[in-house]
Amino acid sequence: MKELLFKLAECIEFGKINCASAYPPQMKGEDGADEITRKALEADVAPQDILTLGLMPGMERIGVKFRENKVFVPQVLMSAKAMSTAMIHLKPHFLSGAARQKGTFIIGTVLGDLHDIGKTLVAMMVEGNGYKVIDLGTDVDSGKFIEAVKENPNAVVGLSALLTTTMVNMEKITREIKEAIPGTVVTIGGAPVNEEFCFKIGADNYSPDPQGIVEYLNSKIA
Amino acid sequence: MNKIVQKINKGKILVSDGAWGTFLQQKGLQPGECPEEWNISRASDVYDIAISYVEAGVDMVETNSFGGNYFKLKNYGLQDRVFEINKAAAEISRKAAGSDCYVLGSVGPTGKLLMMEEVSESELYEAFKEQSIALEAGGVDAIMIETMTDLEEARIAVKAAKENTGCEVFCTMTFDKIIGGEFRTMMGISPTEMTETLVDAGADVIGANCGNGMKDMIGIVKEIRQLNRTIPILIHANAGLPHYHEGKTTFPESPDDMASNVKEIAAAGANIIGGCCGTTPCHIFKVVEVVKSL
Repeated sequence: MKELLFKLAECIEFGKINCASAYPPQMKGEDGADEITRKALEADVAPQDILTLGLMPGMERIGVKFRENKVFVPQVLMSAKAMSTAMIHLKPHFLSGAARQKGTFIIGTVLGDLHDIGKTLVAMMVEGNGYKVIDLGTDVDSGKFIEAVKENPNAVVGLSALLTTTMVNMEKITREIKEAIPGTVVTIGGAPVNEEFCFKIGADNYSPDPQGIVEYLNSKIA
Repeated sequence: MNKIVQKINKGKILVSDGAWGTFLQQKGLQPGECPEEWNISRASDVYDIAISYVEAGVDMVETNSFGGNYFKLKNYGLQDRVFEINKAAAEISRKAAGSDCYVLGSVGPTGKLLMMEEVSESELYEAFKEQSIALEAGGVDAIMIETMTDLEEARIAVKAAKENTGCEVFCTMTFDKIIGGEFRTMMGISPTEMTETLVDAGADVIGANCGNGMKDMIGIVKEIRQLNRTIPILIHANAGLPHYHEGKTTFPESPDDMASNVKEIAAAGANIIGGCCGTTPCHIFKVVEVVKSL
């Protein structure tokens, strides 16, 4: 079992989706995340173990590499694709309660902003690290965020913006979320924002990269 | 044919214009508003921007068409007006440029990721083809493909422009300086990889825009020149990287700061020098001064 999960983590780290996939070149012809996840479930490996010992270590490794500029967006996207392929097999087990996610994370790009790649990367990496993720998309207003928090109590909210002209909307959105549901934790990210801005607008956390957000979420629920 | 490249091959260093996005914002463009729609509803404001740069002494001015492709315009329900909007953009800049100044038709990324199969290669090609044809119809001299991060998308854009217009085709990518000091686009592309692929695809001029101030752009120019001694290089540098403080965004580099690096970047091999985010006609005026003295 250990060997299987070790291999699965490698598939996630290197973005090996399935056997037929030609990427990465060095794993050509080998089983991918798709086949290994199915084999593990057939061998009665607990879905929770598949998530925490197979998927999450792989996602963590690629997250660290991305932070260190050793890999770039395409590699992270391939890892995320491998992970979501594995998740298809695990989803029924989450619904049945056989596997648990650590918490819920709601994310969206703020009102007026249509950029989504950063947000999408964070959503994928957070999910790969064991959280339920609700991705509200782009151009999201306070109302939509508040509605999502009401449906998912205790969820952490992540706000993304790429432009200096739209990041200003984070202040209003943060305030309105916290007024509607006091105690909601709000974290922000995106190229123009920083820690100074985060504290100025009353948000709880700023992370410069997806791995940072994962570590913050882990610290919140630990 | 090839008027701009011919000038470069005679040894001239040319000056291009500065920021459009930040200029439009100053004129009141709201977040969530379509910039390219102003070519129809606020043409005189767009003209003002173009003429400001012409009066600063540039050799070429861009068009307000950066997001004028099918996919970006679809966000505003304007995807059926690609031809009208881009032609209008070109005509406005053409009017400002007169006969002395060249017009570069700005073509930005679609925002769709090929590798996530959000779009196919042929859909991208069609979108860039449609936009380039419209810009040519409005009177541009060159197609200015810019702010690209995905090499495949950039290659498709170059091909679409080359194969469907008689314009010169320029293409710049946006690089970040990463931890070890190297330059990579968000998708991991280096200036070296860009040079190989885009020269092969038929680009007449390549280079970099945005992401860096003039000083850091020098390293990118050097890397391109190491691989290719002759391809004309265009640089559109930011006025430094933006600071957000007390509710205002500022770009730290003054016109003199920016101008102080022009001599070195020209010596490194840049042939066309201009500005991107945060630069103003004042910045460009100073660049023109330095280039005249070279």
